Amino acid sequence: MLEIKNLHVSIGDRKILEGLSLSVKAGEVAAIMGPNGTGKSTLAYVLAGREGYEVTEGEALLDGENILGLEPHQRAARGLFLAFQYPVEIPGVATMTFLKAALNAQRRARGEGEAPTPDLMKRVRAAAKGLGVDSEILKRALNAGFSGGEKKRMEILQMALLAPRFAILDETDSGLDIDALRVVADGVNALRAKDRAFLVITHYQRLLNYIRPDTVHVMARGRIMRTGGPELALELEKNGYRDYVGEAA
Amino acid sequence: MAARQETVARVASIDVDAYKYGFFTDIEAEKAPKGLNEDIVRFISAKKNEPQWLTDWRLGAYRRWLTMAEPNWAKVDYPPIDYQDLHYYAAPKSTPGPTSLADVDPELLRTYEKLGIPLREQEILAGVETRRVAVDAVFDSVSVATTFKAELARAGVIFCPISEAVREHPELVRKYLGSVVPVTDNFFATLNSAVFSDGSFVYVPPGVRCPMELSTYFRINERNTGQFERTLIIADAGSYVSYLEGCTAPRRDENQLHAAVVELVALDDAEIKYSTVQNWYPGDSAGKGGVFNFVTKRGDCRGRNSHISWTQVETGSAITWKYPSCILRGDGSQGEFYSIAVSNGRQQVDSGTKMLHLGKNTRSRIISKGIAAGRSQNTYRGLVSAHRKASGARNFTNCDSLLIGSQCGAHTVPYIESKNASAVFEHEATTSKISEDQLFYCMQRGLSEEEATALIVNGFVREVLQKLPMEFAVEAQKLIAISLEGSVG
Repeated sequence: MLEIKNLHVSIGDRKILEGLSLSVKAGEVAAIMGPNGTGKSTLAYVLAGREGYEVTEGEALLDGENILGLEPHQRAARGLFLAFQYPVEIPGVATMTFLKAALNAQRRARGEGEAPTPDLMKRVRAAAKGLGVDSEILKRALNAGFSGGEKKRMEILQMALLAPRFAILDETDSGLDIDALRVVADGVNALRAKDRAFLVITHYQRLLNYIRPDTVHVMARGRIMRTGGPELALELEKNGYRDYVGEAA
Repeated sequence: MAARQETVARVASIDVDAYKYGFFTDIEAEKAPKGLNEDIVRFISAKKNEPQWLTDWRLGAYRRWLTMAEPNWAKVDYPPIDYQDLHYYAAPKSTPGPTSLADVDPELLRTYEKLGIPLREQEILAGVETRRVAVDAVFDSVSVATTFKAELARAGVIFCPISEAVREHPELVRKYLGSVVPVTDNFFATLNSAVFSDGSFVYVPPGVRCPMELSTYFRINERNTGQFERTLIIADAGSYVSYLEGCTAPRRDENQLHAAVVELVALDDAEIKYSTVQNWYPGDSAGKGGVFNFVTKRGDCRGRNSHISWTQVETGSAITWKYPSCILRGDGSQGEFYSIAVSNGRQQVDSGTKMLHLGKNTRSRIISKGIAAGRSQNTYRGLVSAHRKASGARNFTNCDSLLIGSQCGAHTVPYIESKNASAVFEHEATTSKISEDQLFYCMQRGLSEEEATALIVNGFVREVLQKLPMEFAVEAQKLIAISLEGSVG
């Protein structure tokens, strides 16, 4: 489903990703673990198409198509979703309005026509209920004044509504207490499907107790250093990243 | 998003082409010869069969105007206006004056149809969900049609062209005309007093809640013609009226001058809501053409506990010089100003309000949202003052500016003068840019850069849009999106 080949990325003169290769199959949950400052979030942003990153080499294929030349909204319409580490506030735009605009923009881009509003509202309310999100919050401006936990739940709610093919979760566990973490993880697990894949970026093993990955990749110094099964996460929890940071640390 | 550079280039070349009201109606017009002198003033007055007192009033204004200088304190820059190179009167030939709808030239009806303004009462009646709106349509210097007059008359509401009011209700016109904006007020208002052509007159009798929205649509059509309309609205004790004006003009290479005066009078416990959706032609990307909009709008809360509220959505005009104000004379009276001013291309906006607290326990509220894109300059200028006797006066002001791109400017110039120690004035102001973070977040969810910008801008102005009558809020929202097309970057 996602195939990253020899990806090199710089910000200005600074090289962040240096020949990263990674493959995630349909139905798979892949975890990327690694020390801070190793380029995990950069990878997420580059895949989603954020400005300010220069791809100097390599490609990223989503269902066989190189997406690196596409605008962020075009990637979204092809089914790429990023759950932000720091969700952004949009003052004055009611959450429901935003969700409707986003879903319909994607549907239009795919030539599907807009979703009927009552239908959409029903789906949003159902998703909100499942994630323990108070439906009153849907009337408030998106993320404005939301608590950390509310913001993260809202990211998962959006993911459920937009039903992406490929979802990237960037440090979704950061700032969550254990109860919120469980709710968020349940939300993700409920979306696991044969034709959908996840890339879960995390610093700690903790999240992976709740979202069980099929594969674990260790990232350091701008590339994937090692790939293994879920047991690799436990090993990292015990030994830390010192075997991987090496001379760069 | 390698499109950043591209977008910046597009902004530079934007020709505000989205202006879809730029067509010209080919209709024979009767015009006064170019230039301004006492004979022209008399000509206009004679055309309208005005009584002697009004002719003299105009001439007095004209003589006064000759001694005045154009104000230059606003942050706008434009070439000198040659006041002798303009026509001060133009009227569609086939319309000698206000007529019944059946007599209106079909070409004119088609014009208003193109503008999306219903002038046929039965069509409006056929609409199921929309509220009915009575419309006065002013084409160049004359009113061409006023709808629902009969129905309004049954409620005792007078809604007609001001030229008709001069004939039919001279006592009201004489009593209130110039009582809020005096003849000597300022250069443009004085000019208007001398040559004003047409406009709307509204009188709501005591205790009457006007049964429908009243609305005037102004259209400048003729070349080299100034438009000087005059609107006078009187809400008698305990009455209520909501009024909306809309404005458009053809796209022309030369500038068109618009110098209107609007006077509102609210007596005891009366309320006037005045909304404007101003969409005059803004000129092209190089700053060629566009309407020069020099407007004096003022409301007098003359009675106790009276209430005047101004809501404006300004997207058009090359130059905007406009400060809808409230004189809070009656004790316990209330003034409000809600404004969205969008500028793009080379537009220059200098707009704001004055809240003059004279009475006790008077309250005012100012919410201004300026959005600058392209190479435009957008200034909020406002005055809040409390008179010696204005004990307990309160004002809250909030001015937010949003910048789109890096070649535009937003400025806030608030003046506060308080001569009463018990007055409480609050002022908040912010200036922000649409952040990369917000744009990227929205785009990641599937919105294009333009859609994302429109959504963020709509969020920014929502507080004010909510103050507009429902039908017009939708129109205004679309207008804002159109005005900002191609402005992202």
